[in-house]
Amino acid sequence: MSVEFSFLLVQALSGLASASSLFIIASGLTLVFGVTRIVNFAHGSFYMLGAYVAVTIVPWLLQIERSPTLFFAGVLISACVVGVLGVLMEILLLRRIYKVPELFQLLATFGVVLMVQDAVLKIWGPLDIPGPRAPGLRHGVMILDQRFPAYELFLIAAGPVVLGLLWLLMHKTRFGILLRAATRDRDMVGALGVNQALLFTGTLFLGAFLAGLGGALQIPRVSASAQMDLSIITEAFVVTVIGGMGSIGGAFLAALLIGQLQAFGVLIFPKITLVLVFLLMALVLVVKPWGLLGRPESAAGHTALPEGIMQPRGFAVAEKLLLLLAVLAAASVPIFGDTYTIKVATEVLIFALAAFSLNFLVGNGGIVSFGHAAYFGLGAYASGLLVTKLGMPMEPALIAAPLAGGFFAALFGFFIVRLQGIYLAMLTLAFAQIAYAVCFQWVEVTGGDNGIVGVWPSAWAASRSAYHYIVLVAAMAGILALRHVIYAPFGASLRAARDSAQRAEAIGIDVRTHRWLGFTIAGAAAGLAGGLYAFSKGSIDPTLLGIPLSVDFLAMILLGGMQTVMGPVLGAAAFHSIKDVFMPLTDHWRFLLGASIIALVLIFPRGLGGAYAALRARFSGGAP
Amino acid sequence: MAETMLEVEGLRAGYGPAEILFGVSLRLARGEVAALMGRNGAGKSTTLKAMMGLVPPRAGRVRFAGRDITGLAAFRIARLGLGYVPEDRRIFTDLTVVENLEVGRRPAEGRDLWTPERLFEVFPNLASMRHRRAAAMSGGEQQMLAIARTLMGNPEAVLLDEPSEGLAPVILELMADAVLRMKREGIAVLLSEQNFDFAAAVADRAYVIERGEIRYDGSMAALDADPALRAQHLSL
Repeated sequence: MSVEFSFLLVQALSGLASASSLFIIASGLTLVFGVTRIVNFAHGSFYMLGAYVAVTIVPWLLQIERSPTLFFAGVLISACVVGVLGVLMEILLLRRIYKVPELFQLLATFGVVLMVQDAVLKIWGPLDIPGPRAPGLRHGVMILDQRFPAYELFLIAAGPVVLGLLWLLMHKTRFGILLRAATRDRDMVGALGVNQALLFTGTLFLGAFLAGLGGALQIPRVSASAQMDLSIITEAFVVTVIGGMGSIGGAFLAALLIGQLQAFGVLIFPKITLVLVFLLMALVLVVKPWGLLGRPESAAGHTALPEGIMQPRGFAVAEKLLLLLAVLAAASVPIFGDTYTIKVATEVLIFALAAFSLNFLVGNGGIVSFGHAAYFGLGAYASGLLVTKLGMPMEPALIAAPLAGGFFAALFGFFIVRLQGIYLAMLTLAFAQIAYAVCFQWVEVTGGDNGIVGVWPSAWAASRSAYHYIVLVAAMAGILALRHVIYAPFGASLRAARDSAQRAEAIGIDVRTHRWLGFTIAGAAAGLAGGLYAFSKGSIDPTLLGIPLSVDFLAMILLGGMQTVMGPVLGAAAFHSIKDVFMPLTDHWRFLLGASIIALVLIFPRGLGGAYAALRARFSGGAP
Repeated sequence: MAETMLEVEGLRAGYGPAEILFGVSLRLARGEVAALMGRNGAGKSTTLKAMMGLVPPRAGRVRFAGRDITGLAAFRIARLGLGYVPEDRRIFTDLTVVENLEVGRRPAEGRDLWTPERLFEVFPNLASMRHRRAAAMSGGEQQMLAIARTLMGNPEAVLLDEPSEGLAPVILELMADAVLRMKREGIAVLLSEQNFDFAAAVADRAYVIERGEIRYDGSMAALDADPALRAQHLSL
């Protein structure tokens, strides 16, 4: 009996230790969001940089003397270095995007994530770097009859200490009072003579400092590695969303909950701890859409959505001709192109369908999904598993792909469409991560990280050219069907709900059901694209559901112009071709991609389609 | 004529494609109280916001204490000594009364007049609730706090947007006292008003704005004394 109790106690203590670490990181994220209203994807990168700087500085300091003082001095110096990087990010990037739609802010800060990943690889190399252990805290402490690391005990104390210091800062200093005031109404703070720019820069220092501190404190526990950023950022997102975005107390509460859930969840459901965490988030959001201690967003002064599709118009004669040429070109690739060109063309068609279905949500429905790859990937897994595990032929497996995508979109969408704005985007991300986690962790069925190989088409479709034609027909059918929906009254209702949910309700549109249906349709189309992709690759793996692919899709519609109907097709073609040409040429593809996304957001937010529409307006003499 | 504190010439402003102001001109002397009156949507609030840099002016000039402040950032204008109390008060509801005052605090050289203690004399209601969260205050109390918060910046002139809106008669009297107190301290006040009696009780000068243009510019006493003139400009 006492053995069991001591075991449970130790389990609870390690839950507290991870809760502390998680809180320190999430507090910075929620603080930055509260003041600037920007959800900073790069917060995870700051955490990673904190760890890398610490594994560089701390051993050097410990060579002078192996003392706890120098260890913690090194940790604080690392956090300060990261804080300064946060200041740089504010001055160079965030300052320019405070007024742009949330989606663009998310994309731009994700661009920073990509750039930092490559920078870290360049500076510190691809190998994980283990950190030194903390002098004075290397021993174990006996708790009842279990050994518990002293450093974990220290971490348990660190979280509440940081919470206390933050409370003092926020309530007892002028800077803190201004921050709290700006969290509610930043323009009014400006009208009272406070320079908001300085306030925001200070906020970013503090936020990045906390992320860096969180990273630096981890070095005795985990090695610094280039994958730290995305795994921590999703956890930190979950904590801030559950706690209520902008609420530091809420973040603490949520971190405690998640720490315990993970510590005990691992005993009961060792495979699906990640799923448990995201389920908790989904549950909290359904009951309390603004998190445990959060408050409804005040929409004042913030454009939540990017410019969407306004009046969809039919094709002009010249455009029909262009379209015909494009289809002919796509159809003639197998005649003139080599195997490699056919492969690229096939993939372009698949991504065009996926991007089109995403813009059906974003541009037409105003539903900003940050996890659209989930439905793409689930379609791919449905097809792949049916073929490899159940020995089904390609044809029914391809039919199962949109069904799977649609089914999961309906399931997740049921919760998602209840939310708005940034919370909605976060929930799409969370569900995508659940799906990712299941594919990643359920090794027996999905093959885990390695995925599954041997997903080949039926014999008649086995050649690259034959399969290209299948994809051409399926993708065109999918795109034309979606396009038809955009032009149909259903599409107009979605646009009405996007522009004003209240007014749409008032004229009798059941907004939630429309959005739910729209989400399902888009998920089905993405699922079809995923199924097609599985057979073109011959394999499936969890990256098909990952955040980077979701961001690729978003980059495609951003590049193509999300306010246009056909732009996403153009964007997918341009994006994938560019990626295909440049990726093999450079070791720094992610850096380039990140920089391009930022550039797109800053100088070209209407995309290629927008540029074309402006051109068309100029030549037809209409207003631009 | 007394020294000019604030001068607006041909101010034009609007939101997106909508034009609101079509060349507003007005003037405020040091220590003077002027009322900008007009119907809903006439452009009263937009005039004040454009002066304060909260809505970008499209044309025209705003001069304050001899300096051109047209189109400066709001925080720079506030730092020069022009205070602003918004229409909907925009109190920081999470903060306590003293914390709200702290946000507004801005010591100014040579005219460091206002401290929380002095403001609690002017607004005795606030004194008893220093550590109360502003969310738990009544509308009238929030209006007092909004004015007190702006005074903490030690302004030379204050733009007061609809201070009487939605207030009980008792509170209105307190508000009128507060405006007259500001005048005695040498602060020029430009207030936008729909409540004529309130405006008549505090203002020396009256401007009537209609469809983004000033239609009447004269002494408040003259407007008050002449029912016909009033009917012409202000009847609904």
